[in-house]
Amino acid sequence: MLTAEEKTSVTALFGKVKVDEVGGEALGRLLVVYPWTQRFFEHFGDLSTADAVMGNPQVKAHGKKVLESFSDGLKHLDDLKGAFAKLSELHCDKLHVDPENFRLLGNVLVVVLARRFGGEFTPELQASFQKVVTGVANALAHRYH
Amino acid sequence: MVLAPADRAAVLALWRKLGTNVGIYTTEALERIFVAFPSSKTYFLHLNLSPGSAQVRAHGQKVAEALSLAMNHLDDLPHTLSALRELHTHKLRVDPVFFKLLCHCLLVTLARHYPGDFSPNMHASLVKFLSHVISALAPSSGQIGSVVAEGSCV
Repeated sequence: MLTAEEKTSVTALFGKVKVDEVGGEALGRLLVVYPWTQRFFEHFGDLSTADAVMGNPQVKAHGKKVLESFSDGLKHLDDLKGAFAKLSELHCDKLHVDPENFRLLGNVLVVVLARRFGGEFTPELQASFQKVVTGVANALAHRYH
Repeated sequence: MVLAPADRAAVLALWRKLGTNVGIYTTEALERIFVAFPSSKTYFLHLNLSPGSAQVRAHGQKVAEALSLAMNHLDDLPHTLSALRELHTHKLRVDPVFFKLLCHCLLVTLARHYPGDFSPNMHASLVKFLSHVISALAPSSGQIGSVVAEGSCV
């Protein structure tokens, strides 16, 4: 999926990511930009405005968890299906999340990385990350197949 | 009304800020889509696609002009974009997925160049605006059987 060079550049950039901040921002933006995704987080409390979502401590905490899983995934790029098997079971069998939402979150994460890393987020680096987020989304959706 | 007043105001304000540079960002979006989603090059095999290509820049400028046109005719998008729809859908037979990917690459480009302006609300407004443009340009993108949910850009 990724060349050795791509793995190096993805890992290098991700090493600079503040996991708690970026996770919270990505999840928060997903909930604001694609509001139907809020249905999985109704127990998080106030999601009524963008400010409420972005400042919601449960959104931030869950965003951090999401990005920590993503981080772990980066260490298993050759076996994403294996690495995400349990999470796939949870999201598909228990939570019944439509797999399209995994792709949406992956793309939101790419946008967040572009916002935070600016010129460093070259087209080539974006391409590498697109492969990663697609791989993770597919691994998470695996239980549907 | 196609776009709520707050979304309109946000997108128009950003566009005013981009000014004459819109073409620079739509060109970068094209450059990004060719690298990140290489199958998209299939529609541009007649162009020189190497980095910095004047032909890609020219097409980027055309995309910028179409988006600016759309922005000024938000209540009449299907009519305003009818010639472009005819061209892209029936003549060029562009897969609607391509427009969604190009939208995504444009969002990445704008986020990268305008991090301070690219708030969650602005992000949401842009997605809504671009979704309406896609609907007017490629009406089949919302049909039954389509994988992507209505209203989502990518």
